Amino acid sequence: MISRRDFLQTSMAASAILGASSFGNWSRLAAQQALTQDQLLQFDTFGNVSLIHVTDIHAQMKPIYFREPEINLGVGDARGQVPHITGAQFRRLYGIEDGSPTAYALSYDDFSSLARTYGKVGGLDRVSTVINAIRADRPDALLLDGGDTWHGSYTCYHTQGQDMVNVMNALKPDAMTFHWEFTLGSDRVLEILEDLPFAALGQNIFDAEWDEPAEDFQPYEFFERGGTKIAVIGQAFPYMPIANPRWMFPEYSFGIRDERMQEMVDEVRAEGAELVVVLSHNGFDVDKKMAGRVSGIDVILSGHTHDALPEPVLVGETIIVASGSNGKFVSRVDLDVRDGRMMGFRHKLIPVFSDVIAPDPALTAVIDEQRAPYEAELSEVIGTTDSLLYRRGNFNGSWDDLICQALIEERDADIAMSPGVRWGPSILPGQEITREDIWNVTSMTYGQAYRTEMTGEFIHVILEDVGDNLFNPDPYYQQGGDMVRIGGMGYRIDITKPQGERISDLTLLKTGEPIDTAKTYVVAGWASVNEGTEGPQIWDVVESHIKKTGTVVVEPNASVQVVGA
Amino acid sequence: MQLTRRDTLALGLGAAALTLLPFRASASVEDKISAFTGGATVGEGDITLTAPEIAENGNTVPIEVEAPGAVSIMVLAAGNPNPDVATFNFGPLAGSHAASTRIRLAGTQDVVAVAKLADGSFIQASSTVKVTIGGCGG
Repeated sequence: MISRRDFLQTSMAASAILGASSFGNWSRLAAQQALTQDQLLQFDTFGNVSLIHVTDIHAQMKPIYFREPEINLGVGDARGQVPHITGAQFRRLYGIEDGSPTAYALSYDDFSSLARTYGKVGGLDRVSTVINAIRADRPDALLLDGGDTWHGSYTCYHTQGQDMVNVMNALKPDAMTFHWEFTLGSDRVLEILEDLPFAALGQNIFDAEWDEPAEDFQPYEFFERGGTKIAVIGQAFPYMPIANPRWMFPEYSFGIRDERMQEMVDEVRAEGAELVVVLSHNGFDVDKKMAGRVSGIDVILSGHTHDALPEPVLVGETIIVASGSNGKFVSRVDLDVRDGRMMGFRHKLIPVFSDVIAPDPALTAVIDEQRAPYEAELSEVIGTTDSLLYRRGNFNGSWDDLICQALIEERDADIAMSPGVRWGPSILPGQEITREDIWNVTSMTYGQAYRTEMTGEFIHVILEDVGDNLFNPDPYYQQGGDMVRIGGMGYRIDITKPQGERISDLTLLKTGEPIDTAKTYVVAGWASVNEGTEGPQIWDVVESHIKKTGTVVVEPNASVQVVGA
Repeated sequence: MQLTRRDTLALGLGAAALTLLPFRASASVEDKISAFTGGATVGEGDITLTAPEIAENGNTVPIEVEAPGAVSIMVLAAGNPNPDVATFNFGPLAGSHAASTRIRLAGTQDVVAVAKLADGSFIQASSTVKVTIGGCGG
């Protein structure tokens, strides 16, 4: 069998790009369990251009725990391909030793004990130290933020994103693209944009009324770095008005619009761009497909699906870099650009181990300043947990199991539904749950918890609809999230089937009886995309439930039977 | 299927009816194409139909069709109760052979465009547009 090393060299030689990843190096060092900041940041500066990529921070300014998914299934061409490989299989693929810091950072199993050994990850003051180190090597490195930045915490909600704007501005990015930012409402987004000291990019952000490129966002920005003319083209999340409430930003239309992406690439090349970088919030599989359809892109910095990959994925002559989420990773990509083309690259996915990388005091001060007015509310202990609380996974996570249980009990419902979002840090067994922790997994501008009646047939329709948004074999038809999480009901899903045939065996758990298509059930849920949804805020529902429970225990969830994985 | 107003409000379901299966092309679509082509074979060629993969709003879906050299282009929404959308005719002095409009789609379905070229031959393109409940955006 061809070794992975051979494969990498072969595939890169075939496309005439010489590339290297420093991944193997820090993996070996990590195995020695002698992790130092110098080792994490070690990088032999290469070529003439450096890119720094952060994405999907979801307003996590402080160190957190973040468990990567166990279940992340690919369908169609993505089946069995990264990022749809997890756990031991993932570690074998990249030669990661079990129990190593790398295993802790990039895979899910044994998470609680490894988390106790290696500590928290992220924290934007640590991220700042990483960025400063890269800028020390290469002062004109480009810092690019893939979006989902101004969303996801108590302070972000209460300041309408201003806390994150202030902290990110201190990191001095060069450009950014968008997704959840729009759920602040278009007025607020435009207000922030007025003073934004860097480029706000999105070639696929259109005026909804005229179906023309929106004037408030540039499609691309040019940079002169290392004697090289670089074009950074933005690609915002394509399915914003579908996955999130359209009424919050009615002026804008999105979509993948890869034909316009091609036009933009051709346009910047015609204007002399020697390196074309796409700062994308498409999600990994969409980026992979786009890389195969749009020619002339050198680097796609991929966001949205929160994947952390230790090596770029090569599609034709385009490299796709995935940099994780929640401030857990920073990607550094050094490029050798000569004679108008990318001749080679060196890449490193830098895990931000919070106890190893020293915080940058300047950023700590900025972060503390944002949090100070809210410190008492943030730190209030609501309960404790005996179970590991995490979110990521295609079908459920223990955080959502807990949220669904809260909805069923607090809202007196038969069935609960929780949206399949990917953000939200993890809490270790034995840890206290603070108000901040609850907000970290629930905060949004449309958090009202509805209570309604639905027929069994309608519940089935919803599951089929959301299932197709995740498991349609064509990534362009995948809408963006994981499966809606269900409490109080079990079902079977065959991910290889088409829409309408995937879901079966719906069972009401409290009676063990099959769901009757004609019967009506009381359903409680949150994050409806419809305007005027009424109900208490989900964080209040969850807080009330945890307060009553005291110590939370979440049993393993076996209510979803998956076929065809 | 019974749907209360509450249900639709809670779920973000549009006014469009929703069924378990994507809307299939009806026999009338074949008939309409035959009527347009006079029964001639429809091939593939230089015709571009641009439509979103997933509709942001099924009630107003922007589409664009272009077929250089076309005399006329017929657009059908194969899954609508009445598939007729429009037929665009281009005179000999037409500067471009493209048209764009917005259409209403009852559910997930194929949009089909058939162009008649100056030599009397026909070419076709189609694109699947998904209409979805929405929500759950990662």
